[in-house]
Amino acid sequence: MRYLPHTTEDVAEMLAAVGAGSLEELFAAIPPECRRRAEMRLPEPLTEWELDAHIDRLAGRMATAPEAKVFVGAGSYDHHIPAAVGFLASRSEFVTSYTPYQPEVSQGTLQAVFEYQTLTARLLGLEVANASMYDGASALAEALLMAVRVTRRPRVALARAVHPLYRRVVETYLAPAGVEVRELAFGPTGATGAAAIGDAAELAAVAVQSPNFFGCIEDLPAIAQTAHAAGALCVAAFSEPLAFGLFKSPGRLGADIACGEGQSMGIPRSFGGPGLGMFATRMQHVRHMPGRLVGETTDVEGRRGFVLTLATREQHIRREKATSNICTNNSLCALTAAAFMACLGGSGLRELARLNYDRSEYLKARLRQAGVGLAFDAPTFNEFTAVFPPRFRDTYRRLLDRNIMAGLPLEPYYPELADHYLFGVTETMPREDMDALVREVQS
Amino acid sequence: MKEFPGAGGLILNEPLLWEQGRRGRSGYSLPRPDVARAEPPAELAGEGPDFPDLSEAEVVRHYIRLSQWNFSVDAGFYPLGSCTMKYNPKTNERQASRPGFAGAHPLLPAALCQGALELMAALECLLAEITGMDAVTLQPAAGAQGELAGMLIFHAYHRQQGRPRSKIIVPDTAHGTNPASAALCGYTAVPVASNERGVISPEAVASVMDAETAGIMVTNPNTLGLFEENIRAVAEIVHGRGGLVYGDGANMNAVLGQVHMGEIGVDVLHLNLHKTFSTPHGGGGPGAGPVCVRRRLEPFLPVPRVRYADGVYTFSDDYPLSIGKLQAFWGNMGNLVRAYSYILSLGAANLKRASQLAVLAANYIKERLKGVYHLPYDRPCMHECVFSDKLQQAHRVSTLDIAKRLMDYGYHPPTIYFPLVVPGAIMIEPTETESKETIDRFIEAMQAIAAEAEQSPDTLHQAPTRCRRRRLDETAAARKPRLTG
Amino acid sequence: MKELSELTFPENLRYAESHEWISPGGSPVRIGISDYAQDQLGDVVYVELPEAGKTLAKGAPFGSVESVKAVSELYLPVAGKVVETNAALADSPELVNKAPYGEGWMIAIEPANPEEVDALLTSQAYREKLKG
Repeated sequence: MRYLPHTTEDVAEMLAAVGAGSLEELFAAIPPECRRRAEMRLPEPLTEWELDAHIDRLAGRMATAPEAKVFVGAGSYDHHIPAAVGFLASRSEFVTSYTPYQPEVSQGTLQAVFEYQTLTARLLGLEVANASMYDGASALAEALLMAVRVTRRPRVALARAVHPLYRRVVETYLAPAGVEVRELAFGPTGATGAAAIGDAAELAAVAVQSPNFFGCIEDLPAIAQTAHAAGALCVAAFSEPLAFGLFKSPGRLGADIACGEGQSMGIPRSFGGPGLGMFATRMQHVRHMPGRLVGETTDVEGRRGFVLTLATREQHIRREKATSNICTNNSLCALTAAAFMACLGGSGLRELARLNYDRSEYLKARLRQAGVGLAFDAPTFNEFTAVFPPRFRDTYRRLLDRNIMAGLPLEPYYPELADHYLFGVTETMPREDMDALVREVQS
Repeated sequence: MKEFPGAGGLILNEPLLWEQGRRGRSGYSLPRPDVARAEPPAELAGEGPDFPDLSEAEVVRHYIRLSQWNFSVDAGFYPLGSCTMKYNPKTNERQASRPGFAGAHPLLPAALCQGALELMAALECLLAEITGMDAVTLQPAAGAQGELAGMLIFHAYHRQQGRPRSKIIVPDTAHGTNPASAALCGYTAVPVASNERGVISPEAVASVMDAETAGIMVTNPNTLGLFEENIRAVAEIVHGRGGLVYGDGANMNAVLGQVHMGEIGVDVLHLNLHKTFSTPHGGGGPGAGPVCVRRRLEPFLPVPRVRYADGVYTFSDDYPLSIGKLQAFWGNMGNLVRAYSYILSLGAANLKRASQLAVLAANYIKERLKGVYHLPYDRPCMHECVFSDKLQQAHRVSTLDIAKRLMDYGYHPPTIYFPLVVPGAIMIEPTETESKETIDRFIEAMQAIAAEAEQSPDTLHQAPTRCRRRRLDETAAARKPRLTG
Repeated sequence: MKELSELTFPENLRYAESHEWISPGGSPVRIGISDYAQDQLGDVVYVELPEAGKTLAKGAPFGSVESVKAVSELYLPVAGKVVETNAALADSPELVNKAPYGEGWMIAIEPANPEEVDALLTSQAYREKLKG
């Protein structure tokens, strides 16, 4: 086996030094009643080319662009990844190192994460961002637990227009902790009105997603104001951070915590994972924040360097009182996102966001012209909800047979939204494909 | 004179991203606009973030320079205890980056994603067979989330039994994440000290296991690198009083093909694919932390689960007792493909041999360094061995100094000051992918450092001197946190 | 870490077994941590203190003190009401290391039962305890 370098002589010499007669004897410390009685039954080992062929077969049974046309975002977006970003993110110095516990030999990862924290804080309009969480959903769950710690209140309000799968994760994290989750309905415009919050006096947080699951921009200033007036934190989730290249950032609009999915920032969709949990807050709350932090300092010669810091919040020191149990996070995805943001720059991010906005507005307008109804009239980014007559279900299935996914049916997630479909397009969707889609759904 | 890997080299300076670039540069190829410009509502429009504008060449040079300041297992020996820094096979990267997987949308209908579902189903079967457990979820994003899943399963199980419990037993040889994960479920951690042999005694467990206790979290082999030889007796006590046994499988690399976790009484077990199953650690993730359970706990696994019927794979949410969801989607697919590729490349015999060689290497280091460094538990170890700085303290040299000096010799230091039960611990995990020559050279470096500790302790106090940076002021970083630039 | 002989324990103070000191006589009285405690912790990077006005029982945790890699809870040696906290520690936690009995004091309280103060360890008794 090419990963195992030991020759028969090596093994013999090492066994002699250890004073063991055989490799099996090394396991004498395991009592016989704990030993496996039968060998593992696994497939025979594959050569590298056999493996190539096998994985090729599996990967070939997946619908991906350009053969498949997927007009769906819903938390996972098809953005162009520059070759330079893929190349840098595959540098094995970054890929095959561990968490930077020894800063003198980890300055590459540490500076890259410090830069990621900085760019993320700027993107989200807040003062401090952590080194990453697993994904947008777990970041939101951790944000709500953080709000409970900050305010010492046992209840949160969560908008129904937040990604339904994020809400499932929130429920998983919060239920055993005894935190009650109150749902905020969305209004006829597709956005969550501040009026839906009602009495916020007992709330730790009011959490919305903007742009929300339907692509609609929420009225964050009003929501933040209502939350703050009652002493609650405003938590702004997101699944498409590219929106902040065009729209005002959540921090600027009053969010105390902004958290969400960073997959859009140069990370392949990869059937949903790994993604990138982005998490930012105000400096006054930093000691309640989950996740790792990299900070700037100097070495004994006074030169700038970076270290993991404020570790007393974390599980290996504060154990059961830690702000989270997270240790391994999604560091390489954070580095990838930083390289992506660096390639785009401020000007590029703005232009890319505009191109995305243009395209979804184009598709929206074409569908409307074709007689398709739009469910909501709040302004949107990249995604919007269309309503079709029930007979469209047959068309939808026929299109699927041809590897065309004409939106995401919302009924499984929102029973009240039968025949509603969530559409999403990005800069990678050419106009002719959108035109073809419109023709298909018309027929 | 033997030459160690450590050497001076040309290390280039590199400023922060925003200390360079010029407004108007770009490193991104924007698509040609082919639709009309649309104007967003003026009141919503922002000015966009203040990012530096850089050319593609500047970005590439920036990260290449940064990469050269990192130690990695591709570049050198990385015996970080408890982290299993084995070689990360390159074919795994090729498999994970295939467009069919890397480019797939997670919400594709089942008919359009059979390849991913088949791979997930197959990987679940492989992991069940390797561990001796009955059912597997691939959803947890990392070991700590696997632990959380395990504790949620404990919580849900006891609730379903009609008798929620409030405490959990955590031995002192456990990972620090264990109590933090348990606390998320509202459990109070009840500590249990290991005995003079460095393992848990059944008596200690019997004295605290009661009807209020949900179960026990056991890392086996434990963080001293020792097999918990009383595990069956411990499990019997816990089960006898209605509790469950959680196995932290972070150290699974020691016992592949040796131990059937199901038969020794483990009810829930998490695996770290980025340790045992060779997926790269990425400087701190992403990992993957599948959780394996015995049959009676299968109904509690996270949803959706992959099902197979009539030649078709599907996702099913139809598990009313499930703990729910841990990630928005299905798991860290990229790492699932890598681990699957690794297992298929090795097969049963090579996986077993990997554990044998990992254990051989650790015992070899233990024997050769015994006496040079203090060995608190002088008995056969599993995949890692734990020394301390007791002998070097006479020269006012600490574990930290030894660790920093190793960098000058060209090695990543072992895990230090962990486990806590050994003051000044030096925890070495060589793994099976390091050759005897590499291990011998490392042993010589450790011997040379022990000699330096006696003859010129200040060399150690000053170390490292050959890295990108010398020792960093962590106190100043924590007192006046500067977390963004 | 220093030898016990290198540490100081002023005779005018009283000490708790959990390593806090208290200045006896009068009200309010100041509380901090001992030279031994600060030496064990190493460089203090953060001190978390209660809000003034809080009334706490004897032995209740009133805050925590952090070094780079450790956190220790602080326990109130006697029952009382917190009337003041040392605001200087927010910006200069190193005062706990530099002057544990002076500028590094942590809180001032009005003891509920002044006799509890006298029942604490004297400098000599505390030093004996540390010797074990």
